Amino acid sequence: MTDPNIPVTEDELHAYVDNELPAERRSDVEAWLATHPDDAARVQSWRAMAETLHARYDGVLDEAVPKRLELERLVRQPRRWVYGAVAATLAAFIAGGGVGWVARGATAAPSTFQSFTLDALDAHRLYVVEVRHPVEVPGSERDHLQQWLTKRCGWDVRAPDLSGLKLVGGRLLPGPSGPASFLMYESTSGERFTVYTAKAKTEATQMRYAAQGSDGALFWADRGVAYVVSGGTDRNRLTQVAQAVYDQMEKSGG
Amino acid sequence: MTAFRQSVEAMIPALRRYARALVRDTDIADDLVQDTLVRALRSERLFLGGDIRSWLYTILTNLNKNRRRSLARRPAFMPLLDNNADASGTEAEGRDIERALSTLVEEQRSVLLLVMLEGMSYREVADIQGVPIGTVMSRLARARAHVRASIEGQRPALRRVK
Repeated sequence: MTDPNIPVTEDELHAYVDNELPAERRSDVEAWLATHPDDAARVQSWRAMAETLHARYDGVLDEAVPKRLELERLVRQPRRWVYGAVAATLAAFIAGGGVGWVARGATAAPSTFQSFTLDALDAHRLYVVEVRHPVEVPGSERDHLQQWLTKRCGWDVRAPDLSGLKLVGGRLLPGPSGPASFLMYESTSGERFTVYTAKAKTEATQMRYAAQGSDGALFWADRGVAYVVSGGTDRNRLTQVAQAVYDQMEKSGG
Repeated sequence: MTAFRQSVEAMIPALRRYARALVRDTDIADDLVQDTLVRALRSERLFLGGDIRSWLYTILTNLNKNRRRSLARRPAFMPLLDNNADASGTEAEGRDIERALSTLVEEQRSVLLLVMLEGMSYREVADIQGVPIGTVMSRLARARAHVRASIEGQRPALRRVK
Protein backbone atom coordinates (compact mmCIF):
# COMPACT_ATOMS: atom_id res chain seq x y z
CA MET A 1 0.00 0.00 0.00
CA THR A 2 1.23 3.46 -0.82
CA ASP A 3 -0.01 6.66 0.69
CA PRO A 4 -1.81 8.77 -1.92
CA ASN A 5 -0.82 11.85 0.05
CA ILE A 6 2.86 11.35 -0.66
CA PRO A 7 3.66 13.88 -3.40
CA VAL A 8 4.46 12.43 -6.79
CA THR A 9 8.06 13.06 -7.81
CA GLU A 10 9.34 13.97 -11.25
CA ASP A 11 11.00 10.55 -11.50
CA GLU A 12 7.64 8.95 -10.87
CA LEU A 13 6.04 10.96 -13.65
CA HIS A 14 8.64 9.67 -16.09
CA ALA A 15 8.30 6.13 -14.79
CA TYR A 16 4.53 6.43 -15.14
CA VAL A 17 4.78 7.40 -18.82
CA ASP A 18 7.37 4.68 -19.49
CA ASN A 19 5.42 1.93 -17.69
CA GLU A 20 8.15 1.53 -15.13
CA LEU A 21 6.04 2.53 -12.17
CA PRO A 22 4.97 -0.16 -9.67
CA ALA A 23 1.34 -0.99 -10.43
CA GLU A 24 0.14 -0.02 -6.97
CA ARG A 25 1.36 3.55 -7.41
CA ARG A 26 -0.30 4.20 -10.77
CA SER A 27 -3.66 5.26 -9.43
CA ASP A 28 -1.91 7.67 -7.03
CA VAL A 29 -0.17 9.30 -9.96
CA GLU A 30 -3.39 9.48 -11.93
CA ALA A 31 -5.14 11.16 -9.01
CA TRP A 32 -2.21 13.55 -8.70
CA LEU A 33 -2.34 14.47 -12.38
CA ALA A 34 -6.05 15.23 -12.13
CA THR A 35 -5.30 17.98 -9.65
CA HIS A 36 -1.93 19.21 -11.00
CA PRO A 37 -2.46 20.60 -14.51
CA ASP A 38 1.21 21.56 -15.01
CA ASP A 39 2.37 18.00 -14.40
CA ALA A 40 -0.49 16.69 -16.53
CA ALA A 41 0.65 18.98 -19.36
CA ARG A 42 4.21 17.69 -19.04
CA VAL A 43 3.10 14.08 -19.15
CA GLN A 44 0.95 14.89 -22.17
CA SER A 45 3.89 16.59 -23.91
CA TRP A 46 6.09 13.52 -23.37
CA ARG A 47 3.46 11.27 -24.89
CA ALA A 48 3.11 13.60 -27.86
CA MET A 49 6.93 13.59 -28.17
CA ALA A 50 6.97 9.80 -28.37
CA GLU A 51 4.29 9.89 -31.05
CA THR A 52 6.23 12.47 -33.05
CA LEU A 53 9.39 10.37 -32.80
CA HIS A 54 7.58 7.31 -34.08
CA ALA A 55 5.88 9.30 -36.84
CA ARG A 56 9.26 10.66 -37.91
CA TYR A 57 11.37 7.48 -37.73
CA ASP A 58 9.13 4.40 -37.97
CA GLY A 59 9.21 4.68 -41.75
CA VAL A 60 12.77 3.30 -41.58
CA LEU A 61 11.35 -0.04 -40.41
CA ASP A 62 9.50 -0.43 -43.70
CA GLU A 63 12.44 0.47 -45.94
CA ALA A 64 14.08 -2.36 -47.83
CA VAL A 65 17.30 -3.28 -46.05
CA PRO A 66 20.23 -2.14 -48.23
CA LYS A 67 22.20 -4.95 -49.82
CA ARG A 68 25.35 -4.01 -47.97
CA LEU A 69 23.63 -4.91 -44.69
CA GLU A 70 22.62 -8.41 -45.75
CA LEU A 71 24.17 -10.90 -43.38
CA GLU A 72 24.82 -13.43 -46.12
CA ARG A 73 27.10 -10.95 -47.83
CA LEU A 74 28.81 -9.84 -44.65
CA VAL A 75 29.47 -13.42 -43.62
CA ARG A 76 30.27 -15.25 -46.80
CA GLN A 77 32.34 -13.08 -49.04
CA PRO A 78 33.17 -9.73 -47.58
CA ARG A 79 36.21 -9.51 -49.86
CA ARG A 80 34.52 -10.02 -53.18
CA TRP A 81 31.66 -7.87 -52.06
CA VAL A 82 34.02 -5.00 -51.31
CA TYR A 83 35.74 -5.45 -54.62
CA GLY A 84 32.40 -5.37 -56.39
CA ALA A 85 31.39 -2.24 -54.52
CA VAL A 86 34.68 -0.54 -55.39
CA ALA A 87 34.40 -1.52 -59.02
CA ALA A 88 30.83 -0.22 -59.12
CA THR A 89 31.89 3.07 -57.60
CA LEU A 90 34.76 3.43 -60.03
CA ALA A 91 32.47 2.68 -62.94
CA ALA A 92 30.13 5.40 -61.72
CA PHE A 93 33.00 7.90 -61.73
CA ILE A 94 34.24 6.92 -65.12
CA ALA A 95 30.72 7.37 -66.41
CA GLY A 96 30.89 10.90 -65.07
CA GLY A 97 28.66 10.29 -62.08
CA GLY A 98 29.56 10.75 -58.48
CA VAL A 99 27.85 14.08 -58.06
CA GLY A 100 25.99 12.65 -55.12
CA TRP A 101 29.20 11.73 -53.42
CA VAL A 102 30.67 15.15 -53.89
CA ALA A 103 27.52 16.75 -52.62
CA ARG A 104 27.54 14.45 -49.67
CA GLY A 105 31.13 15.26 -48.83
CA ALA A 106 30.28 18.93 -48.86
CA THR A 107 27.12 18.97 -46.81
CA ALA A 108 26.86 16.00 -44.50
CA ALA A 109 28.54 15.76 -41.14
CA PRO A 110 31.83 13.93 -41.70
CA SER A 111 31.98 10.29 -40.81
CA THR A 112 35.10 8.82 -39.27
CA PHE A 113 36.26 8.22 -42.76
CA GLN A 114 35.67 11.71 -43.90
CA SER A 115 37.65 13.19 -41.05
CA PHE A 116 40.34 10.69 -41.93
CA THR A 117 40.26 11.90 -45.51
CA LEU A 118 40.58 15.47 -44.35
CA ASP A 119 43.81 14.47 -42.55
CA ALA A 120 45.11 12.94 -45.76
CA LEU A 121 44.11 15.98 -47.80
CA ASP A 122 45.83 18.26 -45.28
CA ALA A 123 49.02 16.25 -45.69
CA HIS A 124 48.58 16.23 -49.45
CA ARG A 125 48.25 20.00 -49.64
CA LEU A 126 51.08 20.58 -47.24
CA TYR A 127 53.64 18.46 -49.06
CA VAL A 128 52.81 18.51 -52.76
CA VAL A 129 53.85 22.14 -53.00
CA GLU A 130 57.30 21.33 -51.54
CA VAL A 131 59.96 21.51 -54.20
CA ARG A 132 63.08 20.58 -52.26
CA HIS A 133 61.80 18.50 -49.34
CA PRO A 134 58.52 16.83 -50.29
CA VAL A 135 59.53 13.50 -48.72
CA GLU A 136 61.78 12.08 -46.02
CA VAL A 137 62.99 9.07 -47.99
CA PRO A 138 63.39 9.46 -51.76
CA GLY A 139 61.84 7.06 -54.26
CA SER A 140 65.30 5.93 -55.35
CA GLU A 141 65.47 4.04 -52.05
CA ARG A 142 62.18 2.21 -52.57
CA ASP A 143 63.16 -0.97 -50.69
CA HIS A 144 64.40 0.92 -47.68
CA LEU A 145 61.29 3.14 -47.73
CA GLN A 146 58.95 0.12 -47.77
CA GLN A 147 60.81 -1.68 -45.01
CA TRP A 148 60.95 1.38 -42.81
CA LEU A 149 57.26 2.28 -43.20
CA THR A 150 56.18 -1.34 -42.76
CA LYS A 151 58.16 -1.55 -39.54
CA ARG A 152 56.83 1.69 -38.14
CA CYS A 153 53.21 1.35 -39.26
CA GLY A 154 52.71 -2.33 -38.46
CA TRP A 155 51.20 -3.45 -41.76
CA ASP A 156 52.78 -4.26 -45.07
CA VAL A 157 53.40 -0.90 -46.74
CA ARG A 158 54.09 -1.31 -50.46
CA ALA A 159 54.75 1.51 -52.85
CA PRO A 160 52.67 0.48 -55.87
CA ASP A 161 54.01 0.83 -59.41
CA LEU A 162 51.82 3.37 -61.13
CA SER A 163 52.24 3.66 -64.85
CA GLY A 164 53.19 7.12 -66.01
CA LEU A 165 53.96 8.16 -62.46
CA LYS A 166 57.30 8.20 -60.70
CA LEU A 167 57.62 7.49 -56.99
CA VAL A 168 58.95 10.70 -55.43
CA GLY A 169 59.28 9.03 -52.04
CA GLY A 170 57.50 8.82 -48.74
CA ARG A 171 57.28 9.90 -45.16
CA LEU A 172 55.83 8.85 -41.84
CA LEU A 173 52.97 10.94 -40.45
CA PRO A 174 50.88 10.93 -37.28
CA GLY A 175 47.54 9.32 -38.19
CA PRO A 176 44.20 9.29 -36.38
CA SER A 177 45.13 6.27 -34.27
CA GLY A 178 48.85 5.72 -34.69
CA PRO A 179 51.34 6.14 -37.51
CA ALA A 180 50.32 6.73 -41.11
CA SER A 181 52.36 6.19 -44.24
CA PHE A 182 52.42 8.83 -46.94
CA LEU A 183 53.72 8.17 -50.46
CA MET A 184 54.05 10.74 -53.21
CA TYR A 185 54.00 10.20 -56.96
CA GLU A 186 54.67 12.59 -59.80
CA SER A 187 53.93 12.64 -63.52
CA THR A 188 56.37 13.98 -66.10
CA SER A 189 54.28 17.15 -66.19
CA GLY A 190 54.72 17.63 -62.45
CA GLU A 191 51.21 16.56 -61.48
CA ARG A 192 51.38 15.00 -58.00
CA PHE A 193 49.34 12.27 -56.31
CA THR A 194 49.67 11.00 -52.76
CA VAL A 195 48.70 7.69 -51.18
CA TYR A 196 47.97 7.89 -47.46
CA THR A 197 47.38 4.75 -45.41
CA ALA A 198 46.55 4.34 -41.75
CA LYS A 199 44.93 1.82 -39.47
CA ALA A 200 41.16 1.82 -39.76
CA LYS A 201 38.61 0.69 -37.24
CA THR A 202 36.46 -0.79 -39.96
CA GLU A 203 37.51 -3.92 -41.74
CA ALA A 204 36.38 -2.83 -45.19
CA THR A 205 34.26 -0.14 -46.77
CA GLN A 206 33.16 1.01 -50.15
CA MET A 207 35.20 3.52 -52.09
CA ARG A 208 34.13 7.12 -51.70
CA TYR A 209 35.02 10.44 -53.17
CA ALA A 210 35.58 13.75 -51.45
CA ALA A 211 36.57 17.10 -52.89
CA GLN A 212 37.91 20.09 -51.06
CA GLY A 213 39.02 23.23 -52.87
CA SER A 214 41.24 22.24 -55.76
CA ASP A 215 41.98 18.77 -54.36
CA GLY A 216 40.11 15.53 -54.64
CA ALA A 217 40.46 12.25 -52.78
CA LEU A 218 39.19 8.71 -53.13
CA PHE A 219 39.14 6.67 -49.96
CA TRP A 220 38.35 3.15 -48.88
CA ALA A 221 39.32 0.58 -46.28
CA ASP A 222 40.49 -2.93 -46.79
CA ARG A 223 41.56 -5.51 -44.21
CA GLY A 224 41.66 -2.92 -41.46
CA VAL A 225 43.82 -0.46 -43.38
CA ALA A 226 42.38 2.77 -44.77
CA TYR A 227 43.65 4.19 -48.05
CA VAL A 228 43.27 7.73 -49.27
CA VAL A 229 44.47 8.58 -52.78
CA SER A 230 44.63 12.36 -53.23
CA GLY A 231 45.23 14.43 -56.32
CA GLY A 232 43.66 17.20 -58.32
CA THR A 233 39.98 17.55 -59.07
CA ASP A 234 40.19 15.57 -62.32
CA ARG A 235 38.06 12.67 -61.14
CA ASN A 236 38.77 10.37 -64.05
CA ARG A 237 42.50 10.72 -63.58
CA LEU A 238 42.21 10.22 -59.83
CA THR A 239 40.03 7.19 -60.38
CA GLN A 240 42.63 5.60 -62.68
CA VAL A 241 45.33 6.09 -60.06
CA ALA A 242 43.11 4.78 -57.24
CA GLN A 243 42.16 1.77 -59.33
CA ALA A 244 45.82 0.97 -59.92
CA VAL A 245 46.60 1.30 -56.22
CA TYR A 246 43.63 -0.84 -55.29
CA ASP A 247 44.51 -3.56 -57.80
CA GLN A 248 48.07 -3.83 -56.57
CA MET A 249 47.05 -3.94 -52.91
CA GLU A 250 44.58 -6.65 -53.84
CA LYS A 251 47.28 -8.67 -55.58
CA SER A 252 49.93 -8.23 -52.94
CA GLY A 253 47.49 -9.43 -50.27
CA GLY A 254 47.68 -6.31 -48.16
CA MET B 1 21.12 -19.81 -41.07
CA THR B 2 21.87 -20.21 -37.36
CA ALA B 3 19.43 -19.06 -34.68
CA PHE B 4 22.00 -16.45 -33.73
CA ARG B 5 22.06 -14.97 -37.21
CA GLN B 6 18.30 -15.04 -37.46
CA SER B 7 18.05 -13.05 -34.26
CA VAL B 8 20.60 -10.57 -35.53
CA GLU B 9 18.87 -10.24 -38.87
CA ALA B 10 15.50 -9.63 -37.27
CA MET B 11 17.02 -6.64 -35.48
CA ILE B 12 18.36 -4.85 -38.57
CA PRO B 13 15.31 -2.64 -39.24
CA ALA B 14 15.14 -1.45 -35.63
CA LEU B 15 18.91 -0.85 -35.51
CA ARG B 16 18.62 1.25 -38.66
CA ARG B 17 15.81 3.28 -37.13
CA TYR B 18 17.81 3.94 -33.97
CA ALA B 19 20.97 4.80 -35.92
CA ARG B 20 19.07 7.12 -38.24
CA ALA B 21 17.60 9.06 -35.33
CA LEU B 22 20.95 9.04 -33.53
CA VAL B 23 23.13 10.45 -36.32
CA ARG B 24 20.52 11.78 -38.79
CA ASP B 25 22.61 11.13 -41.92
CA THR B 26 21.32 8.03 -43.70
CA ASP B 27 24.71 6.88 -45.01
CA ILE B 28 26.53 7.38 -41.74
CA ALA B 29 23.67 5.61 -39.95
CA ASP B 30 23.94 2.59 -42.24
CA ASP B 31 27.74 2.63 -41.86
CA LEU B 32 27.19 2.31 -38.12
CA VAL B 33 24.72 -0.54 -38.56
CA GLN B 34 27.09 -2.30 -40.95
CA ASP B 35 29.99 -1.98 -38.52
CA THR B 36 27.71 -3.25 -35.75
CA LEU B 37 26.73 -6.30 -37.79
CA VAL B 38 30.31 -7.08 -38.80
CA ARG B 39 31.37 -6.91 -35.18
CA ALA B 40 28.44 -9.01 -34.02
CA LEU B 41 29.09 -11.70 -36.63
CA ARG B 42 32.76 -11.81 -35.72
CA SER B 43 31.78 -12.43 -32.10
CA GLU B 44 29.22 -15.09 -32.93
CA ARG B 45 31.22 -17.83 -31.26
CA LEU B 46 31.92 -15.64 -28.24
CA PHE B 47 28.26 -14.94 -27.67
CA LEU B 48 27.19 -17.15 -24.81
CA GLY B 49 23.51 -16.38 -24.82
CA GLY B 50 21.73 -13.49 -23.23
CA ASP B 51 19.85 -10.65 -24.78
CA ILE B 52 21.01 -10.21 -28.38
CA ARG B 53 18.90 -7.12 -28.79
CA SER B 54 20.55 -5.22 -25.93
CA TRP B 55 23.94 -6.46 -27.02
CA LEU B 56 23.50 -5.10 -30.56
CA TYR B 57 22.34 -1.72 -29.27
CA THR B 58 25.35 -1.67 -26.97
CA ILE B 59 27.75 -2.28 -29.86
CA LEU B 60 26.10 0.41 -31.98
CA THR B 61 26.08 2.92 -29.14
CA ASN B 62 29.78 2.32 -28.44
CA LEU B 63 30.76 2.53 -32.10
CA ASN B 64 28.98 5.85 -32.34
CA LYS B 65 30.80 7.09 -29.26
CA ASN B 66 34.14 6.21 -30.88
CA ARG B 67 33.06 7.86 -34.10
CA ARG B 68 32.18 11.04 -32.29
CA ARG B 69 35.39 11.02 -30.33
CA SER B 70 37.41 10.98 -33.51
CA LEU B 71 35.28 13.85 -34.80
CA ALA B 72 35.69 15.91 -31.67
CA ARG B 73 38.58 17.89 -33.08
CA ARG B 74 36.59 18.79 -36.18
CA PRO B 75 34.20 21.69 -36.31
CA ALA B 76 30.57 20.65 -35.95
CA PHE B 77 28.51 20.74 -39.10
CA MET B 78 25.19 22.38 -38.42
CA PRO B 79 22.29 21.99 -40.80
CA LEU B 80 20.97 25.15 -42.38
CA LEU B 81 17.55 26.11 -41.16
CA ASP B 82 15.01 24.79 -43.55
CA ASN B 83 11.84 26.63 -42.68
CA ASN B 84 9.40 25.39 -45.20
CA ALA B 85 6.14 27.14 -44.45
CA ASP B 86 4.24 24.79 -46.74
CA ALA B 87 5.24 21.67 -44.86
CA SER B 88 2.32 19.75 -43.44
CA GLY B 89 1.88 19.54 -39.70
CA THR B 90 3.42 16.08 -39.35
CA GLU B 91 6.36 16.99 -41.53
CA ALA B 92 7.01 20.18 -39.60
CA GLU B 93 6.80 18.29 -36.33
CA GLY B 94 9.22 15.68 -37.60
CA ARG B 95 11.66 18.39 -38.57
CA ASP B 96 11.29 20.15 -35.24
CA ILE B 97 12.01 16.99 -33.30
CA GLU B 98 14.96 16.21 -35.52
CA ARG B 99 16.40 19.63 -34.84
CA ALA B 100 15.72 19.30 -31.12
CA LEU B 101 17.49 15.90 -31.05
CA SER B 102 20.53 17.36 -32.79
CA THR B 103 21.07 19.83 -29.97
CA LEU B 104 21.03 17.19 -27.23
CA VAL B 105 24.27 15.87 -25.84
CA GLU B 106 25.06 12.36 -27.03
CA GLU B 107 24.22 10.42 -23.83
CA GLN B 108 20.89 12.17 -23.47
CA ARG B 109 19.92 11.65 -27.10
CA SER B 110 20.79 7.98 -26.81
CA VAL B 111 18.70 7.50 -23.63
CA LEU B 112 15.75 9.37 -25.07
CA LEU B 113 15.75 7.29 -28.25
CA LEU B 114 16.32 3.95 -26.54
CA VAL B 115 13.42 4.54 -24.15
CA MET B 116 10.95 6.46 -26.31
CA LEU B 117 11.62 5.08 -29.77
CA GLU B 118 13.03 1.61 -29.12
CA GLY B 119 10.92 0.90 -26.05
CA MET B 120 13.78 -0.23 -23.82
CA SER B 121 13.42 -0.51 -20.06
CA TYR B 122 15.50 1.74 -17.80
CA ARG B 123 17.41 -1.37 -16.71
CA GLU B 124 18.33 -2.26 -20.30
CA VAL B 125 19.43 1.29 -21.07
CA ALA B 126 21.55 1.34 -17.90
CA ASP B 127 23.29 -1.82 -19.11
CA ILE B 128 23.78 -0.45 -22.62
CA GLN B 129 25.34 2.76 -21.36
CA GLY B 130 27.15 1.11 -18.47
CA VAL B 131 25.72 3.53 -15.87
CA PRO B 132 23.39 3.23 -12.85
CA ILE B 133 19.62 3.46 -13.40
CA GLY B 134 19.55 6.79 -11.55
CA THR B 135 21.83 8.25 -14.22
CA VAL B 136 19.55 6.94 -16.97
CA MET B 137 16.56 8.59 -15.30
CA SER B 138 18.25 11.94 -14.87
CA ARG B 139 19.47 11.88 -18.47
CA LEU B 140 15.99 11.05 -19.66
CA ALA B 141 14.43 13.85 -17.58
CA ARG B 142 16.91 16.40 -18.90
CA ALA B 143 16.51 15.21 -22.48
CA ARG B 144 12.72 15.43 -22.31
CA ALA B 145 12.80 18.90 -20.77
CA HIS B 146 15.27 20.08 -23.41
CA VAL B 147 13.33 18.67 -26.35
CA ARG B 148 10.05 20.05 -25.05
CA ALA B 149 11.52 23.52 -24.57
CA SER B 150 13.19 23.37 -27.95
CA ILE B 151 10.02 22.35 -29.77
CA GLU B 152 7.84 24.88 -28.00
CA GLY B 153 10.37 27.61 -28.53
CA GLN B 154 10.72 26.85 -32.24
CA ARG B 155 7.11 26.70 -33.11
CA PRO B 156 5.27 29.99 -33.30
CA ALA B 157 2.26 30.07 -31.01
CA LEU B 158 0.02 30.54 -34.03
CA ARG B 159 0.88 27.13 -35.39
CA ARG B 160 -0.13 25.40 -32.21
CA VAL B 161 -3.72 26.44 -32.66
CA LYS B 162 -5.37 23.54 -34.42
